[in-house]
Amino acid sequence: MADTEKIIEIEVLRYRPEQDKEPVWQTYKVPFTDDMSVLQGVQYIKDYLDETVSFRWSCRMAICGSCGMMIDDKPKLSCKTFLRDYYPGKLRVEALKHLPIERDLIVDATDFMKKLESIKPYIIPKEERTLAQGEYLQTPQQRDMYEQFSSCINCMLCYAACPQYGLNPKFTGPGILALMHRYNADSRDGGQAERNELGYADEGYWGCTAVGYCSEVCPKGVDPANAINQNKMNSAINYFTRFITPGGADK
Amino acid sequence: MKRSNEPIFWSLFGAGGMLAALIGPALVFITGIAVPFGLIFKPDTMSYAHMLALSQNWAGKIFILAVIALFLWHAAHRIHILLHDFGVHAVTAVRVLCYGGAFAGTVIAAYTLLMIKA
Repeated sequence: MADTEKIIEIEVLRYRPEQDKEPVWQTYKVPFTDDMSVLQGVQYIKDYLDETVSFRWSCRMAICGSCGMMIDDKPKLSCKTFLRDYYPGKLRVEALKHLPIERDLIVDATDFMKKLESIKPYIIPKEERTLAQGEYLQTPQQRDMYEQFSSCINCMLCYAACPQYGLNPKFTGPGILALMHRYNADSRDGGQAERNELGYADEGYWGCTAVGYCSEVCPKGVDPANAINQNKMNSAINYFTRFITPGGADK
Repeated sequence: MKRSNEPIFWSLFGAGGMLAALIGPALVFITGIAVPFGLIFKPDTMSYAHMLALSQNWAGKIFILAVIALFLWHAAHRIHILLHDFGVHAVTAVRVLCYGGAFAGTVIAAYTLLMIKA
């Protein structure tokens, strides 16, 4: 085994607030096998080379959304990206762009979490039903309206991809707007009016300039650019018809 | 949260984009290739008399205005957000230049078309 072992160089962007004034690159030589992910490479560094390297991870199978990082300048889940694809070259890993670095590869997700809460990411029932009335029924067609948008794992790769969020952090951003659409588009939900006050603002759908990189980097096949574009249409229709629709005008 | 006024510009952008996609290539082909090279259409299709007749007709006026104005608004919005994406953040100046240009083009086109009497 040892004689077939390959070695790859991993450059890690380090930032230890107690000692680094600004982030610095540090290179590690990591032995790897073809089945090893970038996450496993970074774990190797922590286990055998440098225990001070900090990063988030949990599931190792692209469902928890913890291990997102910039890998050669592209936002990726490190558990879903393989070292072999970079060999014989080296690779660079750094914290997700556009978010403040807390330490090494760990970003501060406070802004994201605050925004996530602000859109009421839960079903607000259209009509209250008692237990005796039974469940809220939905046809497969109605489910198809939102299903792909419900696959979001909050990994924030789309935030690292979005140039608009990078320019103006007040913009709600792709993932959360897609999630807003997920609830708005659910036939059982009646919370559209509450959520769209944000959606119809500059900080909402209109902060997007349809770059589309968010949809490209999403590891779960969610298409936030599409969600936002659909809602720009809804928002525009509402903008022009609000005065002739009962209850449509601004409060 | 303040409601965005972006729908005005976005709607003009969207209408222009749709019109451009639907008839833009056909217009380029007809006016730029087919007629000058004498393909398909009669050689005098775009003669002064024919074009004058088109712009004297109300439906013709509306068509010409729509093509000029909506294409301009589409381009204005696209250039505006593209500059933004590329890091030009003089927001007010860029807006005035892009949308002002489209607005001026629209007014000039509308005025000129109205001045063409039957």
